[in-house]
Amino acid sequence: MVDAVIPRGPKPRPRFSRTNIMLYGTLIVVAAYYALPLYVMIVTSLKGMPEIRIGNIFAPPVEVTYQPWVKAWSEACTGINCEGLSRGFWNSVQILIPSVILSIAIASVNGYALANWKFKGSEVFFTILIVGAFIPYQVMLYPLVIILREMGLYGNIWGLVLVHTIFGMPILTLLFRNYFTSVPEELFKAARVDGAGFWGIYFRIMLPMSLPIFVVAIILQVTGIWNDFLFGVIYTKPADYPMTVQLNNIVNSVQGVKEYNVNMAATLLTGLVPLIIYFASGKLFVRGIAAGAVKG
Amino acid sequence: MTSVLVKDLTLKFGALTVLDNLNIDIPEGEFLVLLGASGCGKSTLLNCIAGLLDVTDGEIHINDRNVTWEEPSGRGIGMVFQSYALYPQMTVEGNLSFGLKNARMAKAEIKQRVARAAEILQIEPLLHRKPAALSGGQRQRVAIGRALVRDVDVFLFDEPLSNLDAKLRADLRVEIKRLHHNLKNTMIYVTHDQVEAMTLADRIAIMKGGIIQQLDTPTEIYNRPRNKYVAGFIGSPEINFFEGEVEQGTFATGGERFSLEGYAFQGAATAGAAWLGIRPEHIVSGGSAKDLPVTAEVTVDIVEPMGSDTLAWATLAGVPLRIRMDGQAAVSTGDRILIGFDPARASLFDKTTEERL
Repeated sequence: MVDAVIPRGPKPRPRFSRTNIMLYGTLIVVAAYYALPLYVMIVTSLKGMPEIRIGNIFAPPVEVTYQPWVKAWSEACTGINCEGLSRGFWNSVQILIPSVILSIAIASVNGYALANWKFKGSEVFFTILIVGAFIPYQVMLYPLVIILREMGLYGNIWGLVLVHTIFGMPILTLLFRNYFTSVPEELFKAARVDGAGFWGIYFRIMLPMSLPIFVVAIILQVTGIWNDFLFGVIYTKPADYPMTVQLNNIVNSVQGVKEYNVNMAATLLTGLVPLIIYFASGKLFVRGIAAGAVKG
Repeated sequence: MTSVLVKDLTLKFGALTVLDNLNIDIPEGEFLVLLGASGCGKSTLLNCIAGLLDVTDGEIHINDRNVTWEEPSGRGIGMVFQSYALYPQMTVEGNLSFGLKNARMAKAEIKQRVARAAEILQIEPLLHRKPAALSGGQRQRVAIGRALVRDVDVFLFDEPLSNLDAKLRADLRVEIKRLHHNLKNTMIYVTHDQVEAMTLADRIAIMKGGIIQQLDTPTEIYNRPRNKYVAGFIGSPEINFFEGEVEQGTFATGGERFSLEGYAFQGAATAGAAWLGIRPEHIVSGGSAKDLPVTAEVTVDIVEPMGSDTLAWATLAGVPLRIRMDGQAAVSTGDRILIGFDPARASLFDKTTEERL
């Protein structure tokens, strides 16, 4: 007779159960699938051209060289201009910062007004704004060119900032409105009894309470605007091209040798900003999204 | 002197009438409780008085000043909410002083008022804590303090104790009563809890469907409810109702005939279809029952012992009957017991209008 084990305390969970093998096996496969291209890019960017020509794209570099990175950043040519990606980087920064600040500032006030200071027709206004999110960008490209030209902003960085602000409005307003709607209404009432007005309640009550949603908005806007190619290429002059446009021009240049290592390094450099944002704020991002989702 | 005057107040949301031509006159220093089931318009009325909702028609006067178009902060009211509504990012001190800072009061004066409110409510050790670090009772005290510092004429309470557990609710109820006794401000208090209403109020306004059913002292409402709704709403366990006919000083129902000797009719005694209501605690059982004008013998169906008293269920005239007995009463299911009641303590309501007869 086998000794019967008396069930007591925590139930034993075998580490190599069938469920665990399935679960972790799937996770590893999926992770490898997504990580492999990144691996190839990093490895290639650290190789010299002779080594690349051998053709083993999965092999680690025999001779590690940082020259492709240096070249991509400060020497690669687009047309007659040979300053590398650095110029595009600073252009992107100059476009990014005002666009993010402006769009979030306006959208958060919009969302606050729509959530807490309902006016006649506010629901209709909100619906129109949301419908705006579903209209394809391409429809509005040419009209916007004309509008910017008439305003004297065409080909100017501020014209692009304005475009980014406008196109960020529907989704950001929705985000902020839903978040502010989830803030208990009694808090808003209490502040009114305490004599705070529209801006007083916004700055002193609502803003300090909504850090998570601001983080979400910043992440959305930074990655969205940084990765934008279409608006950048249409609404700016070559001297003001953002990093993405410049990357395209470097990678797709038809003259001379295809420098795969420089292209890889340039692509990684361009993708670095959103990547850093995700890694640095991933937890806050999830928390913000979840906060909005649970409370409605 | 009139403290709060509500005149012909009507509030509509589209086609829905929430408050219908309401009139209340609240003298200075009175503790008025607005009582009713959820959706009766009691909180809406409070929000109208506070100025948080625009009225469709009518006027609101506070301290003889027409404040119908005033902002909430300009009305001389302080409000306490069910969810406390404390500003989570501010300390207790910040919460208390927020309204005063908005009114651009001098710093020294703010400090003095916060200190006084903290002393009255015994929250001095908590002044530098954030609301998240407070218990429910402490939070509600801070919320009361926020109204207190503003030195207002009228306190508005919107179900302030509903989020607290039973024991804390009883404690804070006494504290609010003590606060009213000390401050002597006018207070308007919304609740759906009849115990809070009965214990706190100078007068109770029972509301239903946006209309005040009865506005009276707690004793009057308990003893002489003006209509069947009020009688059924006040009292726990609920009042017993019999459907029948009033004829020649008696009430006939389901084969029984109760004497109405001693019942004080509103006007002349009228015959006709009616409801008779008798509270479970006014039904006497045992030896003293046999001397009462109305007596009957019933079988006990179910016994619910509650310690302080015992609720027995029986059937009389085909209707389930609740009888409230002493907690020590030796009664069990199946017992035949003699019960009786005094018609003077009963209430009669017209069958169709449901108004008191």
